[in-house]
Amino acid sequence: MPQRWSAGVLQYAEMGYWQPDYEPKPTDVLAAFRVTPQPGVPPEEAGAAVAGESSTATWTVVWTDRLTAYDHYQGKCYRIDPVPGNPEQYIAYIAYDLDLFEEGSIANLSSSIIGNVFGFKALKALRLEDMRIPPHYTKTFQGPAHGIVMEREYLNKYGRPLLGATVKPKLGLSARNYGRVVYEALKGGLDFTKDDENINSQPFMRWRDRFTHCMEAVNKAQQETGEVKGHYLNVTAATMEDMYERADFAKEIGSIIVMIDLTVGYTAIQSMAKWARRNGVLLHLHRAGHSTYTRQKSHGVSFRVIAKWMRLAGVDHIHAGTVVGKLEGDPASVRGYYETLRCDKADPDPRLGLYFEQDWVSTPGVMPVASGGIHAGQMHQLLDILGEDVVLQFGGGTIGHPLGIAAGATANRVALEAMVKGRNEGRDIGCEGPDILRAAARRSRELDMALSTWGDVTFSYESTDTPDLAVTPS
Amino acid sequence: MSDPGQARPEPLADSTTVDLSAERSAAGVDAVLDSLDAELVGLAPVKTRVREIAALLLVDRVRARFGLAAEPPSLHMCFTGNPGTGKTTVALRMAELLHRLGYLRGDRVVSVTRDDLVGQYVGHTAPKTKDVLRRATGGVLFIDEAYHLYRAENERDYGAECIEILLQYMENHRDDLVVILAGYADRMETFFTANPGMSSRIAHHLEFPDYTLDELAAIGDLMLGRQGYRLSDQAQAVFREYLTRRMTQPRFANARSVRNALERARLRQASRLVAAAVALGRDDFMRLEPADFLASRVFSGLAGLAGQPARRGITLRR
Amino acid sequence: MRITQGTFSYLPDLTDEEIALQLRYATGNGWAISIESTGDPRPGGNLWEMWGLPMFGLRDPAGALHEVNECRAAYPDRHIRVSAYDARHGRQTTALSFLVNRPPGE
Repeated sequence: MPQRWSAGVLQYAEMGYWQPDYEPKPTDVLAAFRVTPQPGVPPEEAGAAVAGESSTATWTVVWTDRLTAYDHYQGKCYRIDPVPGNPEQYIAYIAYDLDLFEEGSIANLSSSIIGNVFGFKALKALRLEDMRIPPHYTKTFQGPAHGIVMEREYLNKYGRPLLGATVKPKLGLSARNYGRVVYEALKGGLDFTKDDENINSQPFMRWRDRFTHCMEAVNKAQQETGEVKGHYLNVTAATMEDMYERADFAKEIGSIIVMIDLTVGYTAIQSMAKWARRNGVLLHLHRAGHSTYTRQKSHGVSFRVIAKWMRLAGVDHIHAGTVVGKLEGDPASVRGYYETLRCDKADPDPRLGLYFEQDWVSTPGVMPVASGGIHAGQMHQLLDILGEDVVLQFGGGTIGHPLGIAAGATANRVALEAMVKGRNEGRDIGCEGPDILRAAARRSRELDMALSTWGDVTFSYESTDTPDLAVTPS
Repeated sequence: MSDPGQARPEPLADSTTVDLSAERSAAGVDAVLDSLDAELVGLAPVKTRVREIAALLLVDRVRARFGLAAEPPSLHMCFTGNPGTGKTTVALRMAELLHRLGYLRGDRVVSVTRDDLVGQYVGHTAPKTKDVLRRATGGVLFIDEAYHLYRAENERDYGAECIEILLQYMENHRDDLVVILAGYADRMETFFTANPGMSSRIAHHLEFPDYTLDELAAIGDLMLGRQGYRLSDQAQAVFREYLTRRMTQPRFANARSVRNALERARLRQASRLVAAAVALGRDDFMRLEPADFLASRVFSGLAGLAGQPARRGITLRR
Repeated sequence: MRITQGTFSYLPDLTDEEIALQLRYATGNGWAISIESTGDPRPGGNLWEMWGLPMFGLRDPAGALHEVNECRAAYPDRHIRVSAYDARHGRQTTALSFLVNRPPGE
């Protein structure tokens, strides 16, 4: 094709990036992008441009392309669907050959897919909605250091969600007082307590002091309750060497779990996942900063993609939304995230925002964490919507209890156990939840006070990110 | 243990009146009784007995709601008769009946013999028996040839232990399990004499008489019909002759023997069709001819050998 | 010290009826039931003494409840727990575990 290789500018669609007849191979990595083309740019051209700029293309024809097996390496946009109800948006499906990616590297995967294309002028907005990772690629990653099953067996806790709380106030406590909060909450009945994402090592409390005081609290609570307890020690630091130093110390003093923030970067996360498996310590990931790019429907990266990447990278816990709490999370999308994290095989489901089937080929599941503005009065909704394999974190909802932190912890634990018991007995907790809570409150002063304090608090705002298809009640 | 979580049937006020036919159709009892009629030929006394039991249980259920019945009825049963007379089929229908009338949580039948219950060495029997009982709980436990559990001649036999465990379980779990023992009438009689504890717990005895010639022929027709075969007119007579002879021979197992005979006839028909040198139509594939039966040993006079597995290459002589 | 292991340890001790309901939930899900006890006053999590083998293939809870009562009759002074095991691919772990007996005066 002499025109194809003549110097000059060609449409992406003519360079082979738009191939509607292409049948994706089982080994291909697939991506679904929500594309908002600039006015005048046809959707196929926009899709092709995304395929090109996220694989081999550049803005003009180059002769050096002919030194490669070009059609093997180029990304192929094989399908474009208009978005119902939004004439400016399309979903473009793009297939990438497995050879484009380094084995077991999220840094490479993300640089490849989102590293270049999002600033492209021909697009008004672009969002990476979902990806299909083939088993061939999945198997090159470590996957969660432990996973849901192993975590439960470590803790010896089965049949119910786990309970946690972030130490509040977020900043300013000294190490000794910090330890006191941890002790009270764990003694009262929570399984975990947690450093907040911005607690690293500040002038008001350095990391080593915090770690030792927390572990003193954890050990005392463990002894007194006979249960396994943990505090997520935040080992996020400026350099990898510092992170290893902190993590090694945490392990040395007996912590079963450490935490890192998403802001440490994908490379550091994978390093820490390897460390976690090597050292038998659970790894909690706080998704700090994600809302900057996951929240707006038209532009950015959907959290479900981040969730997939993090499962491959190998974290054991990841914050994934509460639905009924203070932070963004529409129920259908959040269910989609939870399924992505927990299931061995997820089927495509447009109602949950899942664009592809995803077979995890026995990669362990990641325990989702629900944190942010939830309280005991919502226990039935939480159990109903989020299921059993989840960590429910009640920070303010524990520490703000009128009778004290331990009482707050007990209230949450009683509410949770009563709800699980009712569900197992066959009751419809969606409807009968409040009755179950009230009945349990009659035998527990702590829960009774918690319900009176927070019973009517809800956070209801219009969600900014919902799936395109909604289930209409029949 | 009644079904935990199932609503208990409401008690009735003294002045209420009850429409039994409405109760009956609500429980779906007729469907079970009708399928029993359709599946089994003959067995009139058995079918009558089953209907009587169904009526009794229906009435007892209502009586309980009136506060009249103090104790739940005993439901354990014993089915006596020769092999192939429909005992297992009736046990299955009975389980369904009991379930629909609310006496059992499920309509499962766990069918066992001595080997499933009794171990070969010390300590082996209890876990085996308990495992079977646990699996059967909520339904019916059908013990075929139950008399084998008791071997009087061997006092070290572990069957006695199994009987102990069964008796205790039947006593403590009257709401949870129904036991049906089955076997030859005379041997069951001996078994009960030696085990009065077991005998006293059996509330219902059902006898399964041998089928008459006509009934066997009708069973044959039913079986053939279900499989898409039919007898030619001459074959009808030959088949009756076959049955007459076979019935007198040892190890006749009623309906089972009929089924075996038809299986062999099908085999011979197939060979006949394959050897035939002509084009065959649909009816040819359906029709059984006299030759398909006459080849049987029952006719060739090798008395006592019909019913034994064929041994190739060896001619057996009496 | 009242130990707080097991899924319902912060609630009042389960009645027989409530235990039966949990067993029904477990057998309904096809989980195997196992019963364990320990005489250790400060019991750890993992290795308690097994009461017979796990009961597989139960479709009705009555058989399991019978064993629970047998164990309680045999060891009234011990902690006794019931665990339900999910053998499906991808799980292969305990699905539920709760106490059914505590030493008197705990």
